[in-house]
Amino acid sequence: MKRKLLSIVMASAMTLSLVACNSGAADTAKEAASETVEEATEAVSETVEEATEAVEEATEEVTEEATASGDLIKVGIINNDPNESGYRTANDADLKATFTEENGYDASFAYSLKNDEQIAAAQTFIQDEVDYLLLSAADTAGWDSVLQDAQDAGIKVILFDRTIDADESLYEASIVSDMAKEGQTAVDWLAGQNLDTVNVIHLQGVMGSAAQQGRSGALDEKVAAEDNWNIVVQQTAEWNAEKAQQIVQSVIDSGKEFNVIYAENDDMAKGAVAALDAAGISHGVGKDVIVMGFDCNKWALEELLNQNWNYDGQCNPFQSSYIDEIIKTLESGGSISEKTIIMDEKGFDAETITQEDVDKYGI
Amino acid sequence: MSKNIKNKESLLKRLTGNQLFIPIIAIILLAVINLINDPGFFKITPVINNAGNTVLSGYLITILDYGSELGILAIGMTLVTAASGGQDISVGATIAIAGSAMLRVLCGGQARPTELQAPIIVAFLVACVVGMLCGAFNGMLVSVFKIQPMIATLILFTAGRSIAAWINNNELPIVPDPKFAYFGGFIPGCPIPTTVFIVIACIIVIALVLKFTNLGLYTQAVGINESSSRLNGINPTFIKFLAFVILGLCVAVAALIKVSRLSTINYSVIAKDIEMDAILAVALGGNALSGGKFNMWASILGAYVIQFLTTTLYKFNVQSDALAAYKAVVVILLVVFSAPTVREKMNQLTKKVKPAKKEVA
Repeated sequence: MKRKLLSIVMASAMTLSLVACNSGAADTAKEAASETVEEATEAVSETVEEATEAVEEATEEVTEEATASGDLIKVGIINNDPNESGYRTANDADLKATFTEENGYDASFAYSLKNDEQIAAAQTFIQDEVDYLLLSAADTAGWDSVLQDAQDAGIKVILFDRTIDADESLYEASIVSDMAKEGQTAVDWLAGQNLDTVNVIHLQGVMGSAAQQGRSGALDEKVAAEDNWNIVVQQTAEWNAEKAQQIVQSVIDSGKEFNVIYAENDDMAKGAVAALDAAGISHGVGKDVIVMGFDCNKWALEELLNQNWNYDGQCNPFQSSYIDEIIKTLESGGSISEKTIIMDEKGFDAETITQEDVDKYGI
Repeated sequence: MSKNIKNKESLLKRLTGNQLFIPIIAIILLAVINLINDPGFFKITPVINNAGNTVLSGYLITILDYGSELGILAIGMTLVTAASGGQDISVGATIAIAGSAMLRVLCGGQARPTELQAPIIVAFLVACVVGMLCGAFNGMLVSVFKIQPMIATLILFTAGRSIAAWINNNELPIVPDPKFAYFGGFIPGCPIPTTVFIVIACIIVIALVLKFTNLGLYTQAVGINESSSRLNGINPTFIKFLAFVILGLCVAVAALIKVSRLSTINYSVIAKDIEMDAILAVALGGNALSGGKFNMWASILGAYVIQFLTTTLYKFNVQSDALAAYKAVVVILLVVFSAPTVREKMNQLTKKVKPAKKEVA
């Protein structure tokens, strides 16, 4: 009896959490819908609300509702949960804004942070005979067979944001960020500041993640190469502002000299700045400490605009225009020369950033 | 703390037998290590912060400041542990929920409000209600439905951060008013971190409650033997429920500090893994994790020991993702030393050899 009750409670709690997650998604979807007022997106928001049911069922529903439209290009988009991060929210909104009926698309969306659910969604899309399958895979492995199925069915696959461990022939193109280049751009910018000595507090992301490796790599190389570049402390704050604050606080307490904070995302830079503020260390343009962040959150770019921070590197979530271009090329019979397409990514300098940049690139 | 002064018979035995013994020894040990390594560790210097106030700065202040949330949580966690014989692993997630509710009220659902939409006190009270509701939810599952505490609180542990994100429509609001940052920072004109005062206030409140009500006695009675306490006219269901609600209140206060530190929230990482530290604090305080007798002050001291350890490790430049491993060592030592067989052996040793302090440490 006790056990039954427990399982009921657990099950209801899980359903509750699902509803909680998805109603958030539904709201985002609604926002997008109010902008475009499109049948397709509305159908999506409907499905998202009903998403406590299985992913496959949900996606089937969308495509059934949407098959009415005639010569539109049918795309199935598999993405990670937009609630995952600010990056993902911006990424999802961007896709929704591009793949509309007005632009000639009939888009269906499926979200999951789990690889197996994503694969199930992909199979559903294949059964529904979409023309294109757009994929941001949760995990790199396990995609070979389903992508082979897609190829056999004549469906073209385009990867965005994340690559997978599968043969290149299985997809048309892969549109990704080059994290190492992001790091290099930032380090080059720092080198361009012509400081006499560069004493860096290096706050790393979760160790082993692509963003951490890319962004750390460039700095490590530069420090090894230059005599006047030193790393005061190199610590992982795991993308976490609180941890970053404690780490920087510890460096301040120890009395070590530093003049650069190189944080691998905006949150950690924010935590670092909170510690600097508490200790009365000035930071920003023309001040004692240079603050560098990544990801271009809107609030972070505003800090740049107010000259409290010095640099913010972009991690571009806006892949949809690239995808759009590729599809247009393929539709008109053209071919894609490069399989891997690396997006343009900017680095913003507090001295040159404008309000326009904040509005356009802030996520 | 007054306990160890009262009885003078057999000082050594009283000392090692006292619950405060373990945390105090741990603090002394850490202090000595730091003293040998770098006497500058204990230096406290006044600096002028970027808001233009003179504030104190130094490792000790850092420990007092950052240990606050844990200290407050240790209060509630001790009661929950003592009453239910289990632990609440959802405190980190409920901090996210309470903090999110606070920001929802303060910012009115907008991501970037230009001014506060409600007074801070209202937002804090809402957070308290939300925190206590979460506590009540956990408490009900544990006390009424008799579910194992760790399983019952697993529900909010899993779902809490999603709920927190949902409360604010997955926005990450930023509080525009600098006054809000006082709670996790400094009040102008006061050189001591505000968090220290918040902890002191919490300690005073719980001290008064324990002194003037039967809460402490009843909680211990329920924890030691539920059925016999029921036969003596105590309602164990209510006492357990109450313990979780009190922890909910502690969570709300901790959430105020956490959110105030950065004037914003990140649902997925705020107060991450803090539940484990809170449980560790209770264990460090020498309290039996199976419930029953407890010593509140030892738990709170335990919380600061953990922060002391964390700060020390940061000072030694230990990789922060390796911190957990060091804490694990502490847990192992604790478990070994509190094991009955080891205790017995140690007692025999103390009897044989008089200056037995070294073995204990």
